[in-house]
Amino acid sequence: MTTSTPTTNKKIESVPGITVRLCGDSGDGMQLLGTQLTNTSALAGNDVATFPDFPAEIRAPRGTRAGVSGFQVQFASEAIFTPGDTLDALVVMNPAAMVTNIGDLRKGGILIANEDGFNEKEYKLAKVESNPLEADVIDQSYRVVKVAMTKLTRAAVAEHGLSTKIADRCKNFFAMGLVYWLFGRSLDPTLRFIEAKFGKKPDVAAANVAALRAGWAYGETTEEFSESYQVEAAELEPGTYRNIMGNQALAWGLIAASKISNKEMFYGTYPITPASDILHELTKFKNFGVRTFQAEDEIAAIGATIGAAFGGTMAVTASSGPGIALKGEAMGLGVMLELPMIVINVQRGGPSTGLPTKTEQSDLLQVMFGRNGEAPMPVLAPRSPGDCFAMAVEAWRIATECMVPVMLLSDGYIANGSEPWKIPDMDELPTISCSHPEEQTGDGPFLPYARNENLARPWAIPGTPELMHRVGGLEKEDGTGNVSYDPANHQHMCDTRAAKVAKIAERIPEQDVNGETSGDVLVVSWGGTYGACHTAVNRCRQAGHSVSHAHIRYVNPLPRNIGTLLKSFKTVVVPELNSGQLRMLLRAEYLVDCIGINKIQGKPFAVSELVEAISKHTSTHSQSKAG
Amino acid sequence: MNLPVLKAADFASDQDVRWCPGCGDYSILAQMKKILPDLGVPREKTVFVSGIGCSSRFPYYMNTYGMHSIHGRAPTFATGLKSTRPDLMVWVITGDGDALSIGGNHFIHCLRRNLDVNIVLFNNRIYGLTKGQYSPTSTEGQVTKSTPMGAIDHPLSPLSVALAAEATFVARSIDAHVQHLGKTLKAAAEHKGTSLVEVYQNCNVFNDGAMAYAQERKQRADNVIELEHGKPLIFGAERDKGIRLVGSHLEVVNTADVPADDLLIHDAHDPNPSIQMMLARMRYPDMPEPIGVLRSVAGVATYNDQINEQVTQAKAARGEGDLSKLFRSGDTWEVTA
Ligand SMILES: Cc1ncc(C[n+]2csc(CCOP(=O)(O)OP(=O)(O)O)c2C)c(N)n1
Ligand code: SF4
Ligand SMILES: [Mg+2]
Repeated sequence: MTTSTPTTNKKIESVPGITVRLCGDSGDGMQLLGTQLTNTSALAGNDVATFPDFPAEIRAPRGTRAGVSGFQVQFASEAIFTPGDTLDALVVMNPAAMVTNIGDLRKGGILIANEDGFNEKEYKLAKVESNPLEADVIDQSYRVVKVAMTKLTRAAVAEHGLSTKIADRCKNFFAMGLVYWLFGRSLDPTLRFIEAKFGKKPDVAAANVAALRAGWAYGETTEEFSESYQVEAAELEPGTYRNIMGNQALAWGLIAASKISNKEMFYGTYPITPASDILHELTKFKNFGVRTFQAEDEIAAIGATIGAAFGGTMAVTASSGPGIALKGEAMGLGVMLELPMIVINVQRGGPSTGLPTKTEQSDLLQVMFGRNGEAPMPVLAPRSPGDCFAMAVEAWRIATECMVPVMLLSDGYIANGSEPWKIPDMDELPTISCSHPEEQTGDGPFLPYARNENLARPWAIPGTPELMHRVGGLEKEDGTGNVSYDPANHQHMCDTRAAKVAKIAERIPEQDVNGETSGDVLVVSWGGTYGACHTAVNRCRQAGHSVSHAHIRYVNPLPRNIGTLLKSFKTVVVPELNSGQLRMLLRAEYLVDCIGINKIQGKPFAVSELVEAISKHTSTHSQSKAG
Repeated sequence: MNLPVLKAADFASDQDVRWCPGCGDYSILAQMKKILPDLGVPREKTVFVSGIGCSSRFPYYMNTYGMHSIHGRAPTFATGLKSTRPDLMVWVITGDGDALSIGGNHFIHCLRRNLDVNIVLFNNRIYGLTKGQYSPTSTEGQVTKSTPMGAIDHPLSPLSVALAAEATFVARSIDAHVQHLGKTLKAAAEHKGTSLVEVYQNCNVFNDGAMAYAQERKQRADNVIELEHGKPLIFGAERDKGIRLVGSHLEVVNTADVPADDLLIHDAHDPNPSIQMMLARMRYPDMPEPIGVLRSVAGVATYNDQINEQVTQAKAARGEGDLSKLFRSGDTWEVTA
């Protein structure tokens, strides 16, 4: 297998960035195509951001709109924070993919269609009356390139003697080759991928390579394209980079936390979208001392996690909203036992089963308050795929320093999204020191609920002579940990558990701000909307508006300067993919009015919609209205 | 190192026991304290994990490590603990409501995984702590606070459930039959894999005498059959009755009427649970109810051994995990200043 990419003889136009979406049937291999394009672009030094979007059904009926699976990627020569709003190019494998996505293609954008996927049968499945490619408006609005991908792929792989069915599976590699040609991408990383993935089936590997090269060659020879596009490398901070997905970064962050705290990890979970990939990732790393437990349900998963924490192990459980609901009672026990552990919620659209594969931020109040009694837990929210790494480490640091279960609140958008990640130096990683008392010091009996300056109790573990003690969900006397129904003690313990969490604000960073620390508008956001909010605020600022941005990663407790910040702006705007949950918390805590920008469509914010909504609150806007 | 010789009293915590006077739980607590010193496991290596119910207060009374958890979930806590700390001897204390109602799922899964813990199920056929509602083991027609016209549910047998889950150790004993109880608990502790001991426990407040036929010494001989591996099934005050296998069912016979080798010989070690299941299904008053070890099958891999074995294997095959290598696995690129 030769591993070199041919060079184009056509004209090359340099552009700052490209947004492409690849769409087809669930079985068409669009996710693979998207991941390959992403990795290749990242390796070319571009900044990249991705948005995979797939149906909840594994194989929704073929050819239908419900079965369309898409992957959007933006790659750019400048720092980017979102996968892009409107598309520069759209690749569609069938009519259903076209009609459900064409609305996002910008005027003049390139539409590449697999002509062979457009026929009467497919129109019926997609519920369109006639060939949507033939509509006048399509030709007038876009640069339409029709390619007989199925036929061309069959021809390209013919010599490898595969069945038609298998041969047709290679057509995503043909599409990939064409896309790679169009954007001047190297074939090498994908050739390496094919070798690694299909190496054991040489005929399939060879056919995929042939399809990839044929796609590239098609771009080079067809008269439809007179030029290709090139995106220069972005100026990133110096270092070694790799592309990373959110759930993968989260898993690696946990592994790193386990290493630097000298603790082996126990991960108890029950499969649920979009959290399952953390399990798939972690279970590969048993040589790091990771023990994964696929429990019979979410309650068992967290029960086992608490049991492991009691035994002195780094203990983690994860789920999405429905499973977090099941864990509620046990989380309360975790709060009572004052044991360190991490509970991860990778949010998806709710309520109930909701939109399993779509993103939403509607579990914030659930994780803040979804337990009986007064049961406060710290809540951390990563802001991007790569940030999942840092926040996982941070969650374990806080859990062990404060002897408390910590909630890590991610979402489907960052879990499945990816971005370039600067590989940290080992000595850049914080140290986490966990210790267990080894013997009874001082007079009198061992006090399992004695407290240090963080209000944390000792993590005394079974196996230690003299420190035998019993823990449980009944209210306990401070100090001894014995069951106590004393009214004043209960008040004291509730206050103490709350104070312990509140005190964490003393040891987390102050809230940073993009822009001035006072002015007209402060945009306050949290979680996966970071990229869209950051980009939107920058655009507003470039347009001369007084807009600053505070993106919260520590949701509970909030950074200690948040109150002052909120009061330093005329208007506070809070964009969220829910009906206003952080807004409710901010208003309640700081008595500052906040204006929500809220969307609950299972989709991330587009930068343009945020710019428009934010601009409504800037003074330049009201002036222009007045003028 | 010379291990100190412990006595039953060494296992008592400083907390006052708060069960109702006369409750069968006291006897189980006493037997537990009595057998623990014989097992030779230090107190600090012993952990009692319980759910919620009168019975589940048990850990507070033991001077060992303990966790009083949440209703029905004790096996789950035990699973995480034993998987990560196989060096500990872990006991699960549960009730009939705790294990079979709210916790039915965890009970089954703990047994099928063969986690090396000992489950003691205090069966009083009632919800004690919530003051007297019927439970999954209450008999049909039983009148309780929540069933004034009699229970209409068909009761569940924990032994049948355990056998169906392919449990490797299944036994039953009786609170009042102290010697038998101590012996059975000890056998459970010595078994490697999940051990289930159902204990008939009198709740003298809400379900007094429900199992008197088995608990009272005078009635017991005729209503209960003590199983012993390799021995014929004989019972009765005069030891004049036995159990015989006829086709696919068991029947009571007078020993005088049949040749001695007609009686069923108990095989607790048979991996096939069919006959053990027939024994579990024997119900008073039609049949004597079996106590003792119905099933004890050795050599089945435990969950805790295997989860740790995989880690050992992975380390041996791939070496101790190296973060730096992990981060650099796959494609990376350099950005220079
Ligand atoms: C989630 C939850 N539901 C209900 C209860 C109330 N509750 C406590 S104990 C119990 C039943 C206990 O019965 P059993 O397990 O037979 O124990 P016993 O008290 O008889 O020993 C119930 C329903 C609870 N504590 N938690
Ligand atoms: S209510 Fe029944 S089971 Fe509970 S302590 Fe009293 S007698 Fe025992
Ligand atoms: Mg009961």
